[in-house]
Amino acid sequence: MSITIRDLSFTYSKDSVFAITALNHINLEIPDGQFIGLIGHTGSGKSTLIQHLNGLLRGTSGEILFHNKNIYDKDFNMKNLRSKVGLVFQYPEHQLFEADVFTDVCFGPKNLGLSAEQIKQRAKAALDLVGIDESYYQQSPFSLSGGQKRRVAIAGVLAMEPEVLVLDEPTAGLDPRGRDEILAEISRLHQKKHMTIILVSHSMEDIAKYVERIIVMNKGEKVYDDTPKEVFKNYQELEKMGLAAPQMSYIVRALREKGFPIDSNVTTVSEAKTEIIKVLGNGGKP
Amino acid sequence: MGIIKTTKLVFDYIRQDEESNEVEIKRAVDQVDLDIEEGSFIAILGHNGSGKSTLAKHMNAILLPTEGGVWVCGEDTKDETKLWDIRQNAGMVFQNPDNQIIGNIVEEDVGFGPENIGVETSEIWRRVSSSLEAVGMTAYRMHSPNKLSGGQKQRVAIAGIMAMKPRCIIMDEPTAMLDPNGRKEVIKTIHELNKTENITIILITHYMEEVIDADKIFVMDNGKVVMEGTPKEIFSRTHELKELRLDVPQVTELAYELKQAGFDLSDGILTIGELVEELCQLR
Repeated sequence: MSITIRDLSFTYSKDSVFAITALNHINLEIPDGQFIGLIGHTGSGKSTLIQHLNGLLRGTSGEILFHNKNIYDKDFNMKNLRSKVGLVFQYPEHQLFEADVFTDVCFGPKNLGLSAEQIKQRAKAALDLVGIDESYYQQSPFSLSGGQKRRVAIAGVLAMEPEVLVLDEPTAGLDPRGRDEILAEISRLHQKKHMTIILVSHSMEDIAKYVERIIVMNKGEKVYDDTPKEVFKNYQELEKMGLAAPQMSYIVRALREKGFPIDSNVTTVSEAKTEIIKVLGNGGKP
Repeated sequence: MGIIKTTKLVFDYIRQDEESNEVEIKRAVDQVDLDIEEGSFIAILGHNGSGKSTLAKHMNAILLPTEGGVWVCGEDTKDETKLWDIRQNAGMVFQNPDNQIIGNIVEEDVGFGPENIGVETSEIWRRVSSSLEAVGMTAYRMHSPNKLSGGQKQRVAIAGIMAMKPRCIIMDEPTAMLDPNGRKEVIKTIHELNKTENITIILITHYMEEVIDADKIFVMDNGKVVMEGTPKEIFSRTHELKELRLDVPQVTELAYELKQAGFDLSDGILTIGELVEELCQLR
């Protein structure tokens, strides 16, 4: 088990009149190698939760275990945790600062105290993973396109060789192809490197397409934790929480209302296509 | 002439070295001719770097043309004496709600614009009330903007622009940072402003689902307008859109896929209702 969260609560401005409970008794198990989607409306506690995963915020009560070691123990090596649990914030490209792409990606591993050779190797491997080739290495990060900048920023975190990669809305503001590319690369990281991925997203369509497990946060509490199909069955409750089901589930529901015997678990375009062909036959001629 | 008109609009970003020699010229907008009719709902699509935002910034004189011209409500944006008229008539809403809110309470934030142009106090309050009403945020009038959700903040930002009594609002990815509900709220609000107040809307977005009710869509690539038409016309061209790094709404995508598989469906299906109806006929 990579990360275990036990009865974690967090209150902002504790002991003041402005106290707000952002996390309320969260229990969570995150095994190695899972691809998890974390959803919830703005202010539901998602971002607060992920900032606990590498100790940026410290729980008001409860505990977090990383490989069975309590991260709040006095002798726990927090620095090591931060290199193992990589956090990619929203708009990570705002954090690019070096004169060229390669040096920027080197920044993280340099701080780990590695040799110059190892640093270079890691930076190169990380840039390979996100599909930025050598022709970009000497360019200023600011001359790149939005999607490329974001990939460089993600490479900066990957160069730390984290076991767990947490991404907060990695596709916000990107064009549709840029969104697909970033998500496909993240999915590849998951498959090739068996990295544990936690993806925070507002796009139910993306979540439905990529993740194997969804955690839904609402008002600081974990309300659902299951496979996408199971979670999206609760579309009415999700809507009440300011969320939604993927578009395809609405189509399927409309078709079922018209009497099509179609599987109600469909969440992606390709599943919907297969199901509709199954029901209607090719070309609609059974 | 429409409310916003551009003729042969060109804009170059020029990068200079320390001695102010031009080292790089990047053409971001290239020979764009637009004529936007007052009261219409226009959407602009295009991949990152296609020139959408640069074009939008010409619509209230944040940027001035390198070549060609831009007219907002009949005024040339190059005419400095008309700058305040142009900015008052054409308001702009950006991506990040947190960067656009300055007041400590909602009503103060909404009143900031008219106060700056010297509107009389009683009139400012009238405008604050009616703008908050228009975006459905009256109940939050005395709240701190910090405690609002993203969608609510964006609606306050829109109210702030409404208080300037603009004829046109340009929105540069107003929903990019919002959750599904926030996106719905904002899109619903701007459609209402368009219908009830006859405000011209220019919406830039990467979410294809948000533009299916637009009157007209422009698609940009490489600084040029490469496609132009109704949502139905534009989204019938699934393949071309994908070449341009764009997409179609998921419903349209499913219809397109089924059509490829031999189903007899029309092009450019945009809503769940349309698709379900056509599938029923095939049964």
